[in-house]
Amino acid sequence: MTDASANGQLLTTADGKPLKRALAKAQAHAKRRAFFLVLPLLAFILITFVMPIGQMLHKSFYNEGFTVNEDIGSGVRTPIMTNLKTWFDANPLGTEPDEAAYAALAADLVVLKDLRAAGQAGTRINYEKSGSRSMFTKAARGAEKLKPPFKEAIIKLDKDWADPELWRVMRDATSAYTANFYLAAIDRTKDVNGNIVNVEEARQVYVKLFWRTLKLSIMITLMTFILAYPIAHLLATLPLRYSNLLMILVLLPFWTSLLVRTTSWMILLQSQGVVNDALVGMGLLGDENRLQMMYNQMGTMVAMTHILLPFMVLPLYSVMRPINPSYVRAARSLGATSWTAFRRIYFPQTAPGIGAGALLVFILAVGYYITPALVGGADGQLISNLIAFHMQKSLNWSLAAALAAILLGCVMVLYWLYDRLIGIDNLKLG
Amino acid sequence: MALPSYADPLEKAWHYAYLVICGLIFLFLIAPILVVIPLSFNAEPYFTFTDKMLAFDAEGYSTRWYDLLLTFGMLAPDAPRDTSWWADAWENAAWINAAKNSVIIGFFSTILATGLGTVAALGLSRPEMPARRVIMAILISPMIVPIIIVATGLFFFYSAISIQDWGIPYLGVVLAHATLGIPFVIITVTATLVGFDHSLTRAAASMGADPVTTFRRVQMPLILPGVISGALFAFVTSFDEVVVVLFVGGLDEQTIPRQMWNGIREQISPAILSVATILVLISIALLATVELLRRRSERLRGMSPS
Amino acid sequence: MKLKTALLASALTAVAFAAQAQEVTVMSWGGAYTKSQVEAYHKPFTAETGIKVVSIDADNPGTPIKAQVEAGNVSVDVADVEYSDAVRLCDEGLLETIDLSMLPPAPDGTPASEDFIDGALTDCAVANIVWSTVVSYNANAFSGDKPTTIADFFDTAKFPGKRGLRKSAKATLEMALMGDGVPAGEVYALLETDAGVDRAFAALDKIKSDIVWWEAGAQPPQLLADGEVAMSTAYNGRIFNAAVAENQPLVVIWDGQMMDFDLFVVPKGAPNKENAMKFIAFATDTQRLADQASWISYGPARKSSGAMVGKYSDGKTEMAPHMPTAAANLSNALVNNFEFWVDKDAELNERFNAWLAK
Repeated sequence: MTDASANGQLLTTADGKPLKRALAKAQAHAKRRAFFLVLPLLAFILITFVMPIGQMLHKSFYNEGFTVNEDIGSGVRTPIMTNLKTWFDANPLGTEPDEAAYAALAADLVVLKDLRAAGQAGTRINYEKSGSRSMFTKAARGAEKLKPPFKEAIIKLDKDWADPELWRVMRDATSAYTANFYLAAIDRTKDVNGNIVNVEEARQVYVKLFWRTLKLSIMITLMTFILAYPIAHLLATLPLRYSNLLMILVLLPFWTSLLVRTTSWMILLQSQGVVNDALVGMGLLGDENRLQMMYNQMGTMVAMTHILLPFMVLPLYSVMRPINPSYVRAARSLGATSWTAFRRIYFPQTAPGIGAGALLVFILAVGYYITPALVGGADGQLISNLIAFHMQKSLNWSLAAALAAILLGCVMVLYWLYDRLIGIDNLKLG
Repeated sequence: MALPSYADPLEKAWHYAYLVICGLIFLFLIAPILVVIPLSFNAEPYFTFTDKMLAFDAEGYSTRWYDLLLTFGMLAPDAPRDTSWWADAWENAAWINAAKNSVIIGFFSTILATGLGTVAALGLSRPEMPARRVIMAILISPMIVPIIIVATGLFFFYSAISIQDWGIPYLGVVLAHATLGIPFVIITVTATLVGFDHSLTRAAASMGADPVTTFRRVQMPLILPGVISGALFAFVTSFDEVVVVLFVGGLDEQTIPRQMWNGIREQISPAILSVATILVLISIALLATVELLRRRSERLRGMSPS
Repeated sequence: MKLKTALLASALTAVAFAAQAQEVTVMSWGGAYTKSQVEAYHKPFTAETGIKVVSIDADNPGTPIKAQVEAGNVSVDVADVEYSDAVRLCDEGLLETIDLSMLPPAPDGTPASEDFIDGALTDCAVANIVWSTVVSYNANAFSGDKPTTIADFFDTAKFPGKRGLRKSAKATLEMALMGDGVPAGEVYALLETDAGVDRAFAALDKIKSDIVWWEAGAQPPQLLADGEVAMSTAYNGRIFNAAVAENQPLVVIWDGQMMDFDLFVVPKGAPNKENAMKFIAFATDTQRLADQASWISYGPARKSSGAMVGKYSDGKTEMAPHMPTAAANLSNALVNNFEFWVDKDAELNERFNAWLAK
């Protein structure tokens, strides 16, 4: 390329540089410039969005409850359960806890008492073995009075200290890194030998909720599709000056506060509400047989269908609008019935819009929180509500993070799919 | 949507049935929003239409719930309504304080989202932009990620950096709301830049305009409608957001949606409906603005409606 | 320039004023209960000390303050919590210890440690009231016979209608057992066993489809008054206020009531710790506790206050018969066993949630 013979034919710029290189340089410059325009926002999103979520995900597999105590006032960090950890390191899983193990436990309990960390350590164990929290607080209270032989002394406090399952949980918890919260999030746990097993049936809840979230989201997507298709078609086939007017009816809900819309549905659906009153007033319903439409799955379904409907109408509309009506007319003139013409000619052309709308509605539905929390009652709750429960009520933050991670994973897969199939660029807002 | 002349009676019947179905669906869309408006004028503390309301008896209606919005939380709500009464309302009324907080948070998060978002959209719409798809996906993701996950992440993150000790009120919520509003700005601004003829900027440059002048005189007028509607979307997103506020907002950072959330959970008095009515009116105004802007943008870019 | 200086000066004074302005943030349960505290404690406290009281509400203050302390982001100075929460949070080192000697003696000189009811004082907490979870119903919901016992709450055949219940294992399980015929004295012994817990859930299963769950204390009176439920468990003071102050046709069934203390605690790392202690000492003196009882029907935690309880703030309703501690209301009453819940709260709530989701 740079040899002398070729030099003569090579295009150069005015100042004699090879044009190819100058162009490449100019392009790299343009690239950099475009990138620098995006950089501030990218940095902002990374700090205020990606990092916090990353930090939360870290919590889903990292819990210091049984390894480090941090003093709330001073922030001093003290390792705890160190003796027990040493014993666990020296003895493999399945070893019967001997006197040395109990002696280590007793020494650690004294530390817990001094740090007032028995509750913290007990809580960590209690996540995996119910009822053990109080064993720790009780044992720590009298820890320095424990005398050898420790095994006997501790088991005398509570016979459950001899439970091999407790020792399995403690062994796992002495390492801050753990996958056990993910196991808990799918209703699994480990048995004494470290095998993964189902938790007892009375405690299974998360898988059920994931399924329910999935089921409800699919039903809501289906409902929005059934309702959106006819009106999107109407909007797409009316002359623009009419369809623009009708479009306002679709866009207004879109712009109205979510809480306002949820409140409206509460007013409509409650048993002393507008719908029940109207039915009773028309004599269709006895006053004592008012329908229960709220505080259950039906409330969640109806309100969310309404709230997400515009997200289905808009992509359908933007696909239907450019469809040329002469295709259907041609089909008709070739002898197709109107149903066949619709099924074979029109419907296939709207498939991209259906895909876009369905994916968008589904993605938004699986993460819904506010509406189910207000109108869902007990059986209309979705997985988001359970995450909020563990965040705010039970304060099992690692489990909340693990559940959130699973939900996030599902949403990200769908988002990736959306980008592949439809392209994020084609996301439109009215 | 006129019926073709070759339609047989069955098709005609179906056509009218179809129109009725569409009408019902539109009713389903809009009725729940409109139903709160008359009910907010209910003279009784119920959420159904009383007989007097149905008979259009003036006694069945009242503005007492709107009045309650002003007086709730005031020190002396029953004092005569002079300047000091209004000063009291402005200082202490719970809903007015919530509105103030909402506007402050909405304003700053909108500025942040619109500023950063517009500049980034300019970069993203350049054909030379590297890794466009991935970056776009990241920037849009706050709209897709379930809000509870965002709120949870921010709760831990803000605790870890103890943002409340920085002494800047509303900072945490403003940053979070800006993040949530950014996808809307990106989408609307890039939409106005779709089909943007880059020879225009090159023409400006060849005539000696520096990049800033080019932006100000050539690009800005074209994307302005998109920027404004993006800003409105961002504002509404912040104005309507409650989960993040519940998780990371300070106890004194009561916003309108948070106040509504508390009210709905405890007791839905018609006062909530009067707030809802006001919010519906605001959204009608915003929607009208965005519609006008969209049409203006289409006209400017020569994409006038057929 | 002049304007600028004036603005600057006023800004500076504002800052200086803000620095001087003393505050204490108190978190409580909202609704009529918070109102009674504002009237009886907050207003006189500000009048006497000049310290402004910021009142914050939560469904159950025990959880948000735990979250705050663990996240290292404490903004509450005083919280009003249930007994088992007070003990547990104290165990976990999440509360400041309270110097009980700062509490003022009774007017007759009895020291505070003897004046408070047994169990009302702990290392980290000072009780202010005795309250109760009761069953209540809307008199309009039943035209014929009215329900009289807790068993009637679980009998939807005899008394049809929706039932309101607090969305938590605590109190719900005890009441389910009492409704199933277990006498108050045997409830906790039974709940200690798996069979007892199963029995409680079985009793709840029978009415599950009719239950409307509530979380905030202000909800049940509203649900009852609106006719959304026919009967509901509720905090007795909320029903009292709805019935007496707002003339709602709500009636309390004292059979199977469940008593508990509410206690003031100071979360560790509270921004105004000194003011918090001042507030607690002030609010739990004999006069203040007696005053509060004239705003809501909760019993004062001091013996010396009991004698001073008179009429409701309307000036005509005698408070004594509405108190959970009135002799007539105690025939089948259960005292919340805080030790049981300190140990079992997490476990039983987990099971409760799994049951709810079923």
